[in-house]
Order: sequence, then C-alpha cells, then structure tokens
Amino acid sequence: MKSLALISVVITGWLLLSAVGDFPDWGDPNSPANSYRLSQHFVTETFHETAVPNMVTAVLADYRGYDTMFETVVIFTAGIAIISILRRFTSDGADAGTEKVYEKRPDLIVDTTCRLMIPIIQLFALYVIAHGHHSPGGGFQGGVIFGASFILIALSRDLQAAHKWVPEQRVLNLAGIGILIYAGFGLASMFLGQNFLDYAILHKIMPASPIEARYHSMLGVEIGVAFTVTAIMYSIYSNLASKGTMKEGL
Amino acid sequence: MEFFEAISAKFNYWIYVIIMMIGLYAMIAKTNMVKKLIGMSVFQTAIILFYVSIGVKDGATIPILYHDQVHAGHHHDDHAHNGEHYDTPHGTDHEADEYGYPSRHAPDVVIDGDDFANPLVHVLMLTAIVVGVSTLGVGLAITQKLHREFGTIEENEIHDMIKSGK
Amino acid sequence: MIWQFDLIILVFLVITAIISLQVKDLLAASMIFGVYSFLMCLLWAGMAAVDVAFTEAAVGAGVSSVFLIATVLRTSRRSSD
Repeated sequence: MKSLALISVVITGWLLLSAVGDFPDWGDPNSPANSYRLSQHFVTETFHETAVPNMVTAVLADYRGYDTMFETVVIFTAGIAIISILRRFTSDGADAGTEKVYEKRPDLIVDTTCRLMIPIIQLFALYVIAHGHHSPGGGFQGGVIFGASFILIALSRDLQAAHKWVPEQRVLNLAGIGILIYAGFGLASMFLGQNFLDYAILHKIMPASPIEARYHSMLGVEIGVAFTVTAIMYSIYSNLASKGTMKEGL
Repeated sequence: MEFFEAISAKFNYWIYVIIMMIGLYAMIAKTNMVKKLIGMSVFQTAIILFYVSIGVKDGATIPILYHDQVHAGHHHDDHAHNGEHYDTPHGTDHEADEYGYPSRHAPDVVIDGDDFANPLVHVLMLTAIVVGVSTLGVGLAITQKLHREFGTIEENEIHDMIKSGK
Repeated sequence: MIWQFDLIILVFLVITAIISLQVKDLLAASMIFGVYSFLMCLLWAGMAAVDVAFTEAAVGAGVSSVFLIATVLRTSRRSSD
C-alpha cells in the first residue's frame, strides 16, 4: 500500500513539476493573472466605486458578496454537521457515566491572567471587525479571534463556566442571526429595486451617498459574518473538547 | 547571486508541488485518522501558497491604499464639518448632497495598477482558509465518532474489526 | 520580498511538514503543524497578502491547533505510523 502510494505520488509530482517551467516568473507584473482586466479593475477602481482603501475587504464583501455569503453558509453547515455527528445527551450515552468526573478548581495565576486578557482580546476582535476597511482584517478574522476568547475561557476555567456566558442555544441562534444579517442586506437592496447584494441602492434608507452606502453596508455584512464565525468556532470547540456531552472540557 | 535569483524565480512553485505531494502521500498512506487530516490541511495550504504566489508583483505593496491617497481631497470637507456645510452648497457633483451630507471621499485619486498586489487571489484564498478549518472540524468530529464506536483511530484496525464482525 | 528569507522559510516549511507527518506522538504532530501554519503565515505576509496572513495566523496557527489537540486528548495520543 505504501509503495503504491509512493509511486502514484511521485508520478503526480513529476507531472506537476514538469509543468512548473511553463509558469510565469515569480513576481511578474505582466503575468496573465496580474494583467487580467478584472484584477486591474479591482486595484484601480475599487476606491472610486466603494470608498474602501482595503481592496481585499471591498472585493470580499461587495463585488464577490454572493460568494462570501455562501462561504458563511458553508461554515454554518459545518457547525450543524459537527453537532449532528457528535452531540449526545446524557440519557442515551452508556459510557457517559463511566468517564471520570473530577472537580476542577481554577488555578489562581491562570485564572487571573485570563480574566485580564479576555477583555483585551475581545476589544481587539471588535477593532479587527470594525477597522477591516482600512487595515487587514474583517469579519472572518475578527470572528475567529472573538471565538478564541470564549475558547480561552473554556480552557482556563471549565466548559461550564464558558456555558454561563454562551449557552448552546444562544450560540446557534447567533450563528443563524449572522447569516440573516448578511441576507438582510441583500434582500433590502432587492426590495428597493436593485439586484441581490447591490448595496448602492441602500442610500435611500441610509443617510449617505451611494458610494458611502456601499462602504457602510460592507461593515454590516462583516458584522454578520463575524457573528456566524464566532458562534461556529466556539460550537466546534465545545463539541470536540467534551466528546459531544457538553459536560466537561479539556 | 544571479544564479540564486534565477532559482528563486520558480522556487515557490517547486516547493508548492513538494508540499502538496507530502500532503497527498499522507492522505493515502497514513493509517491514523488525525495524520490523514493533518495531511489534508498541508495539501490545502500548498494550494493556497500556489494561488498567493501567482498574485505577487515585483515592487508592489500590500493591496491597501496609502494614507495620502485616501485623504487627498479632505481639506475643504474639514471646513464643512465646522458648521458651514448647511448653507454652502459645495461638491455639487455628488447627488448625496441633497441630504446635507457632503461626500467625504476624494474621487480624483489616480491609482497605478502595478503599485498594489493582486487582490483577487487574496480574496479567493481568504475564505478558503476559514472554510478549511470548518471542514477540518468536521473531519475531527468523525474521528471522535469512530473512536467512540471502535475504540481506535487507526484505519487498518477499524477495517479488521468490521471484517471480523466487530 | 527578500528572496533569502523566502528561501529559508520555504525550506523550513518542507521540514516541518515532514516532521509533523512522521512523528509518532500526535500531540507533538499537532504542535508542529501549528509551527507549519505560522511559517506559512510569515511567507504570505512577505508576499504582500496581509489579509490572508492574518487569517492564517488566527485560524491555522490558533484555532485549528486547538481543535487538533482537543481531538488528540479525547481519543488516543499514540499513532502507529
């Protein structure tokens, strides 16, 4: 089995390596990917059309908003899949009683450090979400950092302590609300007479020009993404760490 | 020096093929489920490395505009915020001014396309990373479920158990 | 980017990928996979893909290591290969 795998991998690798010679040079500004009209348009026109200095955020949330919305749905679906694979309730788990149950007393130094760190992490996550237009960042990164702060609570104290802040029900509601916020921006622009996720028309209900309506709608969309990512990251962790019982973390 | 620079012109692509094949071999040949999933992630990051390498331009910076470019046309609007923008109809080239909100962003900035790296590949790969960690989570959940059913996460032992009727 | 850094990071990438797939202790494999992700993040930051690098630093080196360690501690730590 291993020699067979090695042979097939070597053949595939040789085929790919023989194609490397045909690639454009590394960093060539005139390579097909870089001189493509759409890429050039994104670089030169994004600021005029959306007033967002960070082109990646603008392309992510506006030009390719449809794609990003369903990527968020993929993350939501992954969270639901993990719950349906792993989650079990104590009544039907035969081996749930055999697992050792021990009282975990939080360590003083770890607990104090995490108490100090967690508000700072959450503040930084909010900054990353809100400032994604002007600096690297956005809904995905900020959402992951925000979810990591809840994971830190669960790691430093106990899963039950984190559950007081974010009960399972509320986590799933938040994940759904995130996608609803995203889709709400799309539907609002549809009801005002434009295409789905065409934010420029939202200037009719926003106190802003059409260009700034796109700018502010992107912030709203990023907040929706952040809700979903935060909730699903925490949900995945709490299921994996407790083997689906939601009783006791690592 | 020229020799090394000639190598580095294609070096990224060679390494991406090597890393991708390492990941593929791990996915096929390793019997441990966690090893298989690590191999999958290595494969995934190799493809992302390939895409990001395509979008690099020599002499280009990160795809975020400079501060001076963003704030080039702000000077007369700063006066507007001091209270005179309710009675001074300026900036008539923007239809939003009928609401009394002056346009804060300069439309006359000239941006050279070769100054900034290609943002399209970055966007494509940014979502791929987050979706990648979600699929990794699904794989790990299936691994834990297998461990709950069979008591092991080695593929060959699970095969033996299924063949022998558990 | 500076090609010397590029070269060093790429060589280390291959080394960490091989080690994380060869080591028998799965906890060590998870940690070395975190190192691999962080090196990848450095490489992308050098290639001017700052958003991708930021995402990889938060996701690849942070959260996915936590997921792997959670699974390893909840199943078995030894690997046969």
